[in-house]
Amino acid sequence: MEKSKSISEATFPEQFMKAVRYYLPTIMVAVGVLLAWESLVTVFDIQQFLLPKPSLIGSRFMTEINLLLDSESRSLLFEATGATFREALGGLVIGCSAGILVALITARWTVITEATMPFAIAANSVPIIAFAPIMNNWFGITNPVSKMAIVSIIVFFPTMINTVRGLTLVDEHELELMHSYAASPFKILRSLRIPNALPYIFSALRVASPLSLIGAVVAEFFGGPRATLGVFITQEASGFDFARAWTAIVMASLIGISFYVTVLIAERIFMPWHQAEQSSD
Amino acid sequence: MAEVKNDEQHAIFAENVYKIFNPKTENEVVALEDVNLTAQPGEFISLIGPSGCGKSTLLRLIADLITPTSGTLHINGKTPHQSRLDRDYGMVFQAATLYQWRSVQKNVELPLEIMGYPNTVRQQRAREMLEMVELEGFGKHYPWQLSGGMQQRVSIARALAFEPSLLLMDEPFGALDEFTRERMNMELLRIWRTANVTVVFVTHSISEAVFLSSRIVVMSPRPGRITNIVNNTLPYPRDNDTRELPQYFQTVTEVRELLRDAHEVE
Ligand SMILES: Nc1ncnc2c1ncn2[C@@H]1O[C@H](COP(=O)(O)OP(=O)(O)OP(=O)(O)O)[C@@H](O)[C@H]1O
Ligand SMILES: [Mg+2]
Repeated sequence: MEKSKSISEATFPEQFMKAVRYYLPTIMVAVGVLLAWESLVTVFDIQQFLLPKPSLIGSRFMTEINLLLDSESRSLLFEATGATFREALGGLVIGCSAGILVALITARWTVITEATMPFAIAANSVPIIAFAPIMNNWFGITNPVSKMAIVSIIVFFPTMINTVRGLTLVDEHELELMHSYAASPFKILRSLRIPNALPYIFSALRVASPLSLIGAVVAEFFGGPRATLGVFITQEASGFDFARAWTAIVMASLIGISFYVTVLIAERIFMPWHQAEQSSD
Repeated sequence: MAEVKNDEQHAIFAENVYKIFNPKTENEVVALEDVNLTAQPGEFISLIGPSGCGKSTLLRLIADLITPTSGTLHINGKTPHQSRLDRDYGMVFQAATLYQWRSVQKNVELPLEIMGYPNTVRQQRAREMLEMVELEGFGKHYPWQLSGGMQQRVSIARALAFEPSLLLMDEPFGALDEFTRERMNMELLRIWRTANVTVVFVTHSISEAVFLSSRIVVMSPRPGRITNIVNNTLPYPRDNDTRELPQYFQTVTEVRELLRDAHEVE
């Protein structure tokens, strides 16, 4: 309580300094790793196909950025980034929505939950990515839907399982309270089960967001249009331009991080009580 | 029919009530045996007895969270089921059981929301209730920001928000320290007078039972049953001075001896 007060009353420079102090160690570690990487590669004269220097990767990036800014030309890297972003995001949205929806339906009828959960848990422990070639076959190798499909399936199971848990693992007394009000099952769902499930859903989304990107990129390894990050990586690697392949790896990481951060922000917005509770510990 | 008419004036009417869990299996438990109890509207009744004597079971029967195995149980002259549908009672558990995702104000509004009161009424009523339990300034707080005693007061405010005629409390102050508990007892008596409700109060504390109630129901375990009902004639309003009256000590001693007897019967 006092904490939140002091934050809201702090002036902007104070806040800024606080943020700097908070993030400084992280930034220093990042810079340190990059410097060590650069100097180790130089000192030990490591072949660039094993590990290119960060500076070389950086210069490849500049080339692509110049291509992007120049209206006459096109940047394959950024086109690929856009395509993979759309695949991963599409799959993530479809898979998570379906997972939450199915959980809401099955949790309404305990019998269905009990019948389906073992299958969901089994499916969740299967390497679903192995189905990528089959999805490529079903939907067409250059069709983004084939990648969205595999991503959807990958994120569906953890989301569904966690949501079912959140909807059913309700405190006994909190449920009895609802019965004491003679609340209808719908009102119990809305006022107790769904809010109770929110932390479970968000922890599923935290897991699902990087999974969606892994799914999309690995599915592209099995084949896809030239302008996708997975294909870009395999092509550049087989053409021995490893620094260029690395730019795609960096872009994939950035997409993954952006998904994760979005989930964290959504979490703060949808669960204000949770955030405060955690920071008080 | 004459009988049903007769217990319309009773807030609680229990006759030969039995509750047997898992009947006819090896896990059979006779939680309550031949319970007979009536309560007039406006009474403050305490249930006291050793662990496992069926206090919570009796409370949950009244609340229609479980049903009796046999016997007659009427609440306000109706079946417990009907009285639950009519929202006749508010319930307070040992843990405050607030919804952590709701602010204090929203927690008190919860029953009103479920029961479909309009928004303005909800807010108004919740504010009044918070005032009654002396937590005016805390509406916007989340439950984790309050102390245990404050949380329990919110839970009482919530239970009374829809003006039930009956307040059921299962060891509501069991988790509080002695000092806070005594303060909460004073508070509860004040609320009982203002809100004009019938209270059924489960406790392990003899002094708490004697300080609060107009009648004390002494129970004993295996099988759970009522062994005595003590009329507590200590005058209301009661305050800290009440705890120093000779009659207070006499009643405490009486209840203690009855509890000891109940134990020795085993
Ligand atoms: N759902 C249940 N299934 C089986 N047995 C139960 C159930 N609920 C209660 N019992 C049994 O009924 C008996 C009475 O339990 P109850 O909870 O009413 O006791 P209590 O007086 O409230 O005890 P305490 O003071 O410890 O809260 C106990 O033996 C308990 O094990
Ligand atoms: Mg109990």
